[in-house]
Amino acid sequence: MAGRDVARTVTARHVAVGAMALLLVAGPLFLGSYWIGLLTQIVILATLAMSLDILLGYTGLPSLGHAAFFGVAAYAVAVLSTTYRADFWTTVVAAVAIGTALAAACGLIVAHVRDVYFLMITLALGMVLWGLSYRWIPVTGGDNGISGIPTLDAHAGLPLSGPAAFYYVTLLVFLASAALMRTLVRSPFGLTLRGIRENEGRMRSLGFNTWLHCYLSFVIAGAFASVAGVMWAYYNGFVSPTYLDLTASSELFLMVTLGGPATLVGPVLGAGAIVLLKNVMSAYTARWLLILGIVYIVAILAAPRGIWNLGGRRSG
Amino acid sequence: MKRIKCFAVILALALGAVFLRAQAPEGPIRIGFIVPLSGAFAQNGRDILNGFLLLLDEVGYRAGGRQIQLIVEDDEAIPAQTLTKARKLVESDRVHLMAGTLLASSGYALAPYVDAQQIPMVFPVVSSDDLTQRRRSKWIVRTGWTSSQPNHAFGEYAYRTLGYRTVATIALDYAFGWESVGGFQRTFEAEGGRVVQKTWTPISVHDFAPYLAQIPRDVDAVYALFLGRSAVQFMRQYAEYGLKGRVPLIGSGTTTDEAVLISMGDEAIGTVTALQYSAALDTPDNRRFTAAFRRRYNRTASYYGESMYTGGKWVLAAIEALGGRVEDRTKLLEALRAAKPTGLPRGPVELDEYGNPIQAIYIRRVDRVNGALQNTVIDTIPRVSQFWKFNPAEYLRQPLYSRRFVPGT
Repeated sequence: MAGRDVARTVTARHVAVGAMALLLVAGPLFLGSYWIGLLTQIVILATLAMSLDILLGYTGLPSLGHAAFFGVAAYAVAVLSTTYRADFWTTVVAAVAIGTALAAACGLIVAHVRDVYFLMITLALGMVLWGLSYRWIPVTGGDNGISGIPTLDAHAGLPLSGPAAFYYVTLLVFLASAALMRTLVRSPFGLTLRGIRENEGRMRSLGFNTWLHCYLSFVIAGAFASVAGVMWAYYNGFVSPTYLDLTASSELFLMVTLGGPATLVGPVLGAGAIVLLKNVMSAYTARWLLILGIVYIVAILAAPRGIWNLGGRRSG
Repeated sequence: MKRIKCFAVILALALGAVFLRAQAPEGPIRIGFIVPLSGAFAQNGRDILNGFLLLLDEVGYRAGGRQIQLIVEDDEAIPAQTLTKARKLVESDRVHLMAGTLLASSGYALAPYVDAQQIPMVFPVVSSDDLTQRRRSKWIVRTGWTSSQPNHAFGEYAYRTLGYRTVATIALDYAFGWESVGGFQRTFEAEGGRVVQKTWTPISVHDFAPYLAQIPRDVDAVYALFLGRSAVQFMRQYAEYGLKGRVPLIGSGTTTDEAVLISMGDEAIGTVTALQYSAALDTPDNRRFTAAFRRRYNRTASYYGESMYTGGKWVLAAIEALGGRVEDRTKLLEALRAAKPTGLPRGPVELDEYGNPIQAIYIRRVDRVNGALQNTVIDTIPRVSQFWKFNPAEYLRQPLYSRRFVPGT
């Protein structure tokens, strides 16, 4: 009985993943450019949400400042490509490196605290970086942000241009990131992270350096967030302080919790659901925030462990 | 699992339904409109939209012999969202032109996209100087103002007519503040006046006590630039700290805009500001507009409400001039730039070759009339351009006003 249930669960999940994959891969062939744009947003934000999932879902560290690394990498792209006119690879590599280095520096401050203290410190760090983007005017342009980032195809010298081409580049980045993150969470390192989430004291007594694991988890999450930030900067063609404000971080937090933490697939679903709800709903009613709020509440009540965990299987 | 499948099916159906929706070749003229309708700037956005709705109702949603369809989108005052909504309006709804948005950051985020898509867009409110100056965009027509525009006129007025020689400024610390204060300082000091101190407060300021304590008491006037809640709070504390009645208060038009004036009391009386509009402007066109606005929304028309009423007149005049044939975007842009709408609440307006209005700037003083505060117009400076009396080419060679840089000081 139980065995059949598991088998059925797996099949249904495979169908769901297959349907999602089909939509992601074949979607642009029959969708208009606006919908391709939305798909691109979903895929970029899904990469970002998955990176938070490593931290929030697998390691159990609730970060309310994760959008900061995303935003800093986006700013790095903007500054390098406009002010310094750097070439494509310099820009991309430097932007990811800057985001990751920043995560490595912040990680030193946050990796020894847990739970609500972690929440508060990451919140504070996120606000500091937001403030920096807002007030470091000679570099960031302050409230006005920076616009005029070249399009990806022009900057990288791609032969193809247009929304569909950009989408497939984003999709490749997303798939590569997803594969790396999946490998990571299934590796002994990833299992250790889950161990820390469940019972850190026991892991420590088993001889694991839990601080180092938490620290690395933070840095890795920051690195993938930077990758998403780079794509986001090229997608929008401008940066502004709203990329790294608290609203962005908490929306990201919602994507992960709504979709299902510690699943990697869940955050993708969460990102898709929120982007679609926001953009489709607001076209029909001015009260769309109310509807979004109701959806969140219903989701929390009906699926406390996220949409992806609806079937009742324990998350990873 | 059933629920997962259900979710997937619904998602697929929803997507399918939307992109299969056929687009009729002829039909109504579609106007895309983006303003913040949720978040901290929702009321401003609502006022802008209301001005437009009022106008469209007056003409029965028709112009140039065609029906007008207005598609409204909420950008939450987040620039990335402004861009997403613009994409939806242009690429999915296939609008013929766009109008709207409130914040400078949204305006700058939109400009490259508007140019790339070659879609005419009217900016009724966004006032960042450079959008029609050093970084001007071909496809953007601004029917509002530049931040420094009223302040150029006001700086000279403060020296010549109000007779002030020394002024201290206090303003919100972002581009709108720098450009406004910069414009004021430039012409005020060119006359021979002196801005002795410039204080900048964060946008999120809640308590003005530490800033008010720094303001010198021996200046002829204090110039203040605030908006929304910060304007109300500043006005109250300016009186509480004993500055009112001791140092005259002048400032940017937004400091005493009708949208915030209703939340103020006697402490605001006597404040002199400059803007291209006042709800108390005593002309037949404005009296008719403010009465209609009040009747319909039970609010005093603010400069936000007026902005898109006037911007809408521009749009309608362009459509009429083309006889409703708005499909050719280049022609539509030309028509927008050439439009000469009449009967505007703020008085006569024409566009300069950079796409910014040349218009009268009103010097307004807060008075209590029939129990309510209003911005009484005490003087009019006609035909003020964004370049004031400067030569445009020379003007544009100078960098933009910033926190520290003001040309000629």
